[in-house]
Amino acid sequence: MSNENKLLGVASSPHVSSPIGTRSLMLDVLIALVPALCAAVYFFGPRALIATIISVVACEIFEMGYRKLLHKTQTNGDLSAAVTGVLLAFVCPVTLPYWMLIIGDFFAIVVVKQLFGGLGKNFINPALGGRAFLMLSYPVAMTTWAVPGKWSGLISAADAVTGATPLSVDFMHSGVLPEASIMDMFVGNVGGCIGEVSAVMLLAGGIYLIARGVIRPNIPVAFIATVAVLTFIFPQGGNDRVTWMLYELLGGGLFLGAFFMATDYVTSPTSPKGEIVFGIGCGLLTVFIRYFGGYPEGVSYAILIMNVCVWFIDQATKPARFGFTKEMKEKAKAAKKAAKEGAAK
Amino acid sequence: MDIKKQFKEGLVTQNPVLVQLLGMCSTMAITTVFFNGVGMGLSVLIILTCSNIVISALRKVIPNSIRIACFIVVIATFVTIVDLLLKAFVPALSDSLGVFIPLIVVNCIILGRAEGFCYKNGVAASAVDGIFQGIGYTWVLVVMCLVRELLGNGTILGGLSFINDSNGIRILPEGVGALGISLPVGGFLVLACLIAFMQWALARSEKKKTEEVAQ
Repeated sequence: MSNENKLLGVASSPHVSSPIGTRSLMLDVLIALVPALCAAVYFFGPRALIATIISVVACEIFEMGYRKLLHKTQTNGDLSAAVTGVLLAFVCPVTLPYWMLIIGDFFAIVVVKQLFGGLGKNFINPALGGRAFLMLSYPVAMTTWAVPGKWSGLISAADAVTGATPLSVDFMHSGVLPEASIMDMFVGNVGGCIGEVSAVMLLAGGIYLIARGVIRPNIPVAFIATVAVLTFIFPQGGNDRVTWMLYELLGGGLFLGAFFMATDYVTSPTSPKGEIVFGIGCGLLTVFIRYFGGYPEGVSYAILIMNVCVWFIDQATKPARFGFTKEMKEKAKAAKKAAKEGAAK
Repeated sequence: MDIKKQFKEGLVTQNPVLVQLLGMCSTMAITTVFFNGVGMGLSVLIILTCSNIVISALRKVIPNSIRIACFIVVIATFVTIVDLLLKAFVPALSDSLGVFIPLIVVNCIILGRAEGFCYKNGVAASAVDGIFQGIGYTWVLVVMCLVRELLGNGTILGGLSFINDSNGIRILPEGVGALGISLPVGGFLVLACLIAFMQWALARSEKKKTEEVAQ
């Protein structure tokens, strides 16, 4: 905190002070995630709430412990670890044992975020990094899905009633439409991860974020539109185009990923043009992984792969400097060319 | 010849894996089970020592312009010998190490020591260098194996046929180990942590030394 002030407070008065900081932005994200959590508790029972709370507490403790160990300033107040905790819980099945969730939190906070320097320095989304690690380490537990409406036990979820998700190998991955109706998929009455099932609640949260100016609509719109167009053009299993597209859009973690994970400030491009490229890339990869990959769901890996490409996207989509006209651009180009030819000679 | 200095360099300050960052490929690939790590480490130790001796003895005969090719011929000879010996006497180890034994031919540690040390030093010094650099490589592999096997599989000392039928001693309950640590990603993570710890320890001892000198 004190360091930042030393670096930034340079201009002479008058100053406009803004109440917007990391903390208020993260608080808005948390508020936007509440509706999805409510839907999760309704469909999967109080275990969803407990898992989310445990994940948040674990993330905060790991963040505090790591920064204390390395004698760094404490950053718990900015709530970014809490957002990571909620998002990681949201992309795990409700039946996942709590200790596995805590291992995922450790990986997300310590390995993905803090080892690279803390908030603003991580190169991939911490929550998705944690999910990828859990997916590698505990593939069975991470793909056991509780049936909605049948609440699983609070302590042990071993006796939970489990079933397939709409995107699993039984259904859409093999081109077969699931039993759930489109309305069920929209409301969230399907199997899946804690926070990803209810498209309507996620949409409400996403619209809240856009209305509050926390995120720009570029990434989510480009992401979802790309998936929509591709699935509309190439329906699988001889299904009706529109029905297939709606099932693809509402199934899996598309809305959660598009609104809350792909838009992470640290791991998305800075310019509006770059954001659109990023969103389209995420959409393409999602559909490719769903259609051709071994995993039924591709949103998390699509976002992770595009996270790694952000530096290149930022380089390619640098906005023009203010006052830099077309003639100046051509002049600069000609000068560069001349210099190159001169060097070649 | 300074044996004490060579010992310290091989094991710590010039450790082939943690400081020179050589031989990463085999380090990452085979350190999932204790037995593999020990077998690989000892194979490299033997090959490194033998090829060091031969290359050092031939250093005045080998023409400078084709020295790398000559080194490789010598190294490949010993690798073939070890490969065949393993196949004959320890087939289980030979199976689990697979292609990584023949690949010792292109292991940078051996070529690196040939180029950087044996080509300039005498036979005895080269032999000692081979032994200590080999031990330096072996201990890192063993530590990586212990950590990755414990975290990834929940056991230690796996692969030894006389302990629990090659399954090792179970420390963590079944299903607790994070499989990710046994996969390549875990190899990178554990190696990175070891290197970071090594650098921290070296920097600390360096600091202590300069403080003592200043006093």
